[in-house]
Amino acid sequence: MSVLQLTRAVYEAIRAHGEETYPHECCGALLGKPAARGWRIDAAVKAGNTRTDSAHNRYNIAPAELVKIEREARSLGLSIGGFYHSHPDHPAQWSQTDFAEAHWLGCSYVITAVAQGRAAVTNSFFLAGTTEEDKRFEQEKIEVVAAFEPLAAFGESKKP
Amino acid sequence: MTIYVPTPLRPYAAGKDALDVNAGTVSGALDELTQTFPDLRQHLLNEAGKLRAFVNVYLNDEDVGYLPDKDATAVSATNTLSIIPSIAGGTCRPGDCAFGAGTRAE
Repeated sequence: MSVLQLTRAVYEAIRAHGEETYPHECCGALLGKPAARGWRIDAAVKAGNTRTDSAHNRYNIAPAELVKIEREARSLGLSIGGFYHSHPDHPAQWSQTDFAEAHWLGCSYVITAVAQGRAAVTNSFFLAGTTEEDKRFEQEKIEVVAAFEPLAAFGESKKP
Repeated sequence: MTIYVPTPLRPYAAGKDALDVNAGTVSGALDELTQTFPDLRQHLLNEAGKLRAFVNVYLNDEDVGYLPDKDATAVSATNTLSIIPSIAGGTCRPGDCAFGAGTRAE
C-alpha cells in the first residue's frame, strides 16, 4: 500500500476548503516530491471549480489554471503529486466519474466527505497502472506529520 | 523552446520534467518530443495520431486548440509548451461509488 504524507497544515487546509465551499465541491492541487512509497506533499493549492452548472456534485479545474499551478510548483522545486476534492454529503470514496476523469497516473487523489457542512472522512486513492487501459485506484494510507524536514531545494536556494 | 512534461508522463521521458527542443511549430515540437521519447507517444496520441481527448497543450498561457493555426502555430526559442492532462470528477450517483454504494453520509 502506498502512503500519502501530508503536513498537518495541508491536511487541515484541504478539509477546511471542503467546508468553505459546501454545498459545492472544492478542488485543488497537491504539490510535493516523490517519496519511497508515494508522495510527500508540502503544499496544497486551491483551484476554482469551473463546473458552476453542477458544482454540488461535479468539479473541474481549468487547464489554464493547472498550467499556472505547475509553474508555481516548479518555482518551489516541487511537482504536482496529486489533487483533492470534496464530496458534499457523499462518502469519501471515488466515483465512476472520478475514475473516468482520472488521468494523472502515479498521483494521489484525495477525497473529503463533507457532511452537513462539516469535514468528515478524508481518504486518498493512488492512481496506479501504466496506461488509460490498465489504470486503477488503490486506497492508500494518509500519514499526517507536524512538518517535514526542509527540502534540499529550499536549503540550496538560500546558499550565497 | 522548452516543453514541460507533467508528472504522469515523466516515467516515459527518462524522468525528465522538461525538454528543450529546436522546432518551428507546436506540432514540430511535439514530434521531436515523441521521437526523443517514443514511449510517450501512446500516452499523448490516439490511434489516429491526434492528441488524446484529455490531453491539453498550452503554448505559454494559450490553449493551442484555440489558436488560429492550432498546432501549426509558429514557436520561438523563448516559448514554453505545457502538456496538461485534464482533472475533473464528482460525487457518486446511486450505485456507482467504489465502496459506499452511493449512500449519503449522515
